[in-house]
Amino acid sequence: MTPAGSLLIADDLHKSYGPTPALDGANFSIHPGEVVAVMGPSGSGKSTLLHCLAGIVRPDSGAVHYGGRELTALSDAERSSLRRGEFGFVFQFGQLVPELTCVENVALPLRLNGVKRKESEARALSWMERLEVADVAAKRPGEVSGGQGQRVAVARSLVTGPRVLFADEPTGALDSLNGERVMELLTEAARETRTAVVLVTHEARVAAYSDREVVVRDGKARDMAGVR
Amino acid sequence: MSGPKDGHPSPGDGATGRATLTAVRPSPRPPAPEPPRRPGVARWAADLAMGARFAVNGGRESWARTIMTAVGVGLGVTLLLFAASVPSMDSGRNERTNAIAAFGFGEEPKPGPGTIRLAQANTDYGDKDIQGMVMAPDGDRPPHPPGISGVPAAGEMWVSPALKTLLASDEGKLLRERLPYRTVGVIGDSGLSGPAELRYYAGITQKQFDHVISDYRIDRWGAQDTSGDDLDPALVLLVVVGCVVLLLPVLIFIATAARFGGERRDRRLAALRLVGADTHMTRRIAAGESLFGSVLGLAVGAALFLLLREAVGGGSMMNLSFFTSDITPTLPLALAIAVTVPASAVVVTLIALRAVTIEPLGVVRNATPKRRRLWWRLLLPVLGIGLLLPLAGGFGAGSSGGDLQTYQAAAGAVLLLIGLTALLPWLVEAVVERFGKGPVPWQLATRRLQLSSGTAARAVSGITVAVAGAIALQMLFASVEAQNTEETGQDPNRAQLILNAKVDNGAQANDAFARLRATKGVGSVLGITLDTVSDARSKKKDPADIPTDSLTVADCPALREVARITSCRDGDVFVINGSDSYVAPEDAFVKPGAQINLSVRDDGLPSPDKKKLWTVPGSATKVRPREDPTGATSSGILATPGAFDIADLPDPQAQAMIRLDPKVPDATEYVRNASASIGPALDVIQLSGTSQSSEFQTIRNVLFIGATATLLLIGASMIVTTLEQLRDRKRLLSVLVAFGTRRTTLSWSILWQTAVPVVLGLALSIAGGLALGTLLLKMVGEGLAVDWAGLAMMTGIGAGVIVLVTLASLPPLWRMMRPEGLRTE
Amino acid sequence: MSIGHTLLGLLESGPRHGYDLKRAFDEKFGHDRPLHYGQVYSTMSRLLKNGLVEVDGVEHAGGPERKRYAITDAGITDVEQWLAQPEKPEPYLQSVLYTKVVLALLTGRDAADLLDVQRAEHLRLMRELTQRKRGGDLSDQLICDHALFHLEADLRWLELTAARLSPLAKAVRS
Repeated sequence: MTPAGSLLIADDLHKSYGPTPALDGANFSIHPGEVVAVMGPSGSGKSTLLHCLAGIVRPDSGAVHYGGRELTALSDAERSSLRRGEFGFVFQFGQLVPELTCVENVALPLRLNGVKRKESEARALSWMERLEVADVAAKRPGEVSGGQGQRVAVARSLVTGPRVLFADEPTGALDSLNGERVMELLTEAARETRTAVVLVTHEARVAAYSDREVVVRDGKARDMAGVR
Repeated sequence: MSGPKDGHPSPGDGATGRATLTAVRPSPRPPAPEPPRRPGVARWAADLAMGARFAVNGGRESWARTIMTAVGVGLGVTLLLFAASVPSMDSGRNERTNAIAAFGFGEEPKPGPGTIRLAQANTDYGDKDIQGMVMAPDGDRPPHPPGISGVPAAGEMWVSPALKTLLASDEGKLLRERLPYRTVGVIGDSGLSGPAELRYYAGITQKQFDHVISDYRIDRWGAQDTSGDDLDPALVLLVVVGCVVLLLPVLIFIATAARFGGERRDRRLAALRLVGADTHMTRRIAAGESLFGSVLGLAVGAALFLLLREAVGGGSMMNLSFFTSDITPTLPLALAIAVTVPASAVVVTLIALRAVTIEPLGVVRNATPKRRRLWWRLLLPVLGIGLLLPLAGGFGAGSSGGDLQTYQAAAGAVLLLIGLTALLPWLVEAVVERFGKGPVPWQLATRRLQLSSGTAARAVSGITVAVAGAIALQMLFASVEAQNTEETGQDPNRAQLILNAKVDNGAQANDAFARLRATKGVGSVLGITLDTVSDARSKKKDPADIPTDSLTVADCPALREVARITSCRDGDVFVINGSDSYVAPEDAFVKPGAQINLSVRDDGLPSPDKKKLWTVPGSATKVRPREDPTGATSSGILATPGAFDIADLPDPQAQAMIRLDPKVPDATEYVRNASASIGPALDVIQLSGTSQSSEFQTIRNVLFIGATATLLLIGASMIVTTLEQLRDRKRLLSVLVAFGTRRTTLSWSILWQTAVPVVLGLALSIAGGLALGTLLLKMVGEGLAVDWAGLAMMTGIGAGVIVLVTLASLPPLWRMMRPEGLRTE
Repeated sequence: MSIGHTLLGLLESGPRHGYDLKRAFDEKFGHDRPLHYGQVYSTMSRLLKNGLVEVDGVEHAGGPERKRYAITDAGITDVEQWLAQPEKPEPYLQSVLYTKVVLALLTGRDAADLLDVQRAEHLRLMRELTQRKRGGDLSDQLICDHALFHLEADLRWLELTAARLSPLAKAVRS
């Protein structure tokens, strides 16, 4: 279950919110440059698994190893800094800061890392070009379409050159065509930069962009790579 | 609400009618279908009532919103009710003080069975003012003061409840010695101006009045002339502007409170639209909701007022205290509050909804708000200045136009201050537009402000009015104060206390001086004895026309305090140089060798019939006078005891200039006690370099308290707005946390977000306040004086509000920055 | 769809007569198309010949001759393999998958596992199609999309079935 060369490994994670267990002994691993889909019905614990993997949530028990470090042992500040530098995030909606322009949104993670404004915005713009949204750079998120907004979010998640990209239902609010385009651009960019992608989705056509899938059911994650 | 039977949709509202039929099912509490074409008032009433029902039945969230509005409005209403009580507090107090007053104008009555002889015997105890009166009846039917049942017999006194408490306490130990009377009763409320007043009425013997400097007779209590003196025009202006300054922010606060939770309300209204309500209906329903909240607020305010009234009624502040029964709002003002507050809440809600289009599927805010225009915003303050300028230099000059001028001044000040609040949103927008570069927190804050500067500006506009008004008032104070704070000419370095006493003869005077010297805490005492003498050779028939001057008897050290004397030995006599004397040059009669008349009649005028002559020795030296420690200059004859026997003076007065031992605490109190033992109504004057009108200090303190309360209210409303904003962005905050945003980054952004509008508001209010202050000063004809300390204080309070709002927003911010916020779906 | 495997699976719970087998089949899988008895007869002969079933006994009581069949060990292994083998994703697959799920439930095998394996197989094909689509021209894309949507529909059915396994198990075993 934990093949050598894995970048991020979760081992027997347990996490409960109140009396209901969200994770009940989940395992996970991902290689650099690999795209892994996390599938499963609503409420199965997909998102909780992602939050634990990303160090946003501390599991009740179990361990998350990233690059030789034990995530659960790190302090909040250390995990925050890890997320700022090494991880990227795309969510379903409500993730862009509405009052910042799109390019400022993309530049935000760099600026949080202390990169100068000019330089971060230049880098942001080049990523926006790659994701075909350079034309809306000066607009605010409220003024762009859902597909454009999501591509801006993808650009933002990749701008720091993360080693792991966490995408939680990244196309959940988009129509098929836009969703497809976002997935294509996301996976292409990730493969090129050898970024591992943890892709939480319940849609098979989105999961089809992955290299393999993990099914979460009743808080347990099942790696389907070994099957067949 | 209408039943289905009258529900034949007329062509005009067919669409809404149909929508209601199809979509009514999903709502758990289906709102009644819109009634077709009802008479306007009934429709309004029905919709408002439905809004009120939503305010109560809409679940926890709408309850929270209703309560927030009610509490906010309630706080404002409480302040308003207190303001509305000021007239009756003032008149109640005035009536009582008039009833207590014991002086008449005109002829003093002749002693008779119905008269009483009395003298003021006020004293200070620490920082407390004690009002006292000593009295002795002339006959068997003396009038007695209000609040007590009879005239105190000699050696007895009636005291106010507060004085009784003070005397009984440890703190009153020294005071007990000073008032050597037996307490026989407590003064009733009708004899007091306020519940915390310290007052006593003591009975003394007629004989004891011999030592009283100013006594008089009355045949009835109470001031005959109640018209009172007109307030200084500057004071009128202060009061008018003060009211404007305190009440405008309260109104603004009430307006803000009516908008609490507005965004969530809008979403609820959108759901109503989905089930068939039309635009007008939703507006009326929203108005009904805030109407309910504000009516509830009225109740809260009234309850809070009644509660606080009890508290205020008991205590005292700066020697002022009020009876609870006096703190009653005047009826017209109370009615005005009851009508205006709910009405303005409705109007504010309707105005707020104008910028919003509530569609069945959601709320559309006008995406690109119109750029704010400057011209009409400038119009208001310019109009205000236009009203104030013509008054410059002439306010209160003509008594006929007084009322009109007052209204003009009030209107001008109101327009100028409201103009500032109108100018603020434009200023914030114009300034914030240029921002955007800078560290991340700054960027987040300014971008947020760029997107919705209106909300921020609205919250701050209250501060703008309060601070601008306070600055203007303080300028007025500073200048009026400077005018009222006179150089007294007293020199507290030479003596700290002055005691004046009537004595029978030199022995008594010397005895009094000796007793003072022996008093604990007294460093040294310089005693002089003086009396009035007249020109023995005057040919004037009327005694009142005969020139008089004074004769001062004291030892050499004491004489040196009142005149520039180079050499002095006992037996010497000096004459104050005529040109420096008070006496008109043609009447000057005091010169070496002159003959003077010592005799004085009972009424204090010279007695030319029974002359008692004394000749100024020819060896008397002419000297120049010197200001004594009280700032006065002596004139006439100065004699050493060896040259003149005090016993020859018919009506001598002793004056002791006392230097205190700085090492003895309460030295002043010991001296006052000693003086009370010398005579019952002796005057102990405390010397100080300057004196300040206590009236101004009271008003200043009251205004300061009011301004602070107002700023705190505004701070509270800013906290609510910030929290609401945070709650609406819960998800975004969680996302920001996910990609590693530090707490400090977001905390700073909140600080900047609060600070930028507040700082701009303060800048604007300082400018506006200085302008208004300058105008007001011109109006009362005072020189320009800026109260920098006051300015700094206001700025400090503003900064305090920023910090307060930020600090109060941090715990919820941090709570919301937890990853649980990501689990919304 | 393999009638042979289905009948074998039905036999796993115990020996039955040919007619019983037809009735059980019709009840559980036949729906509107009852199985012809002749089809049962020929299928059973083939299974008998391949050694997957054996004749347990014959009854002659009055009516036609009635053979009782029982499954052999080879037969059980054959059912096992068939259930574990995911079907090649193709349209109108539900009847086979449904039969498999019911049989798995009937025979006490892990139906969820079966569905997961099938899902993996579907996804594998979807990945291939997605890959082909990325490289292909517009007509390729459209054709691939058609297949992808159908596969996705299957997958949704798989997920729904997985979510309803326990009520289904109750219904099947009653």
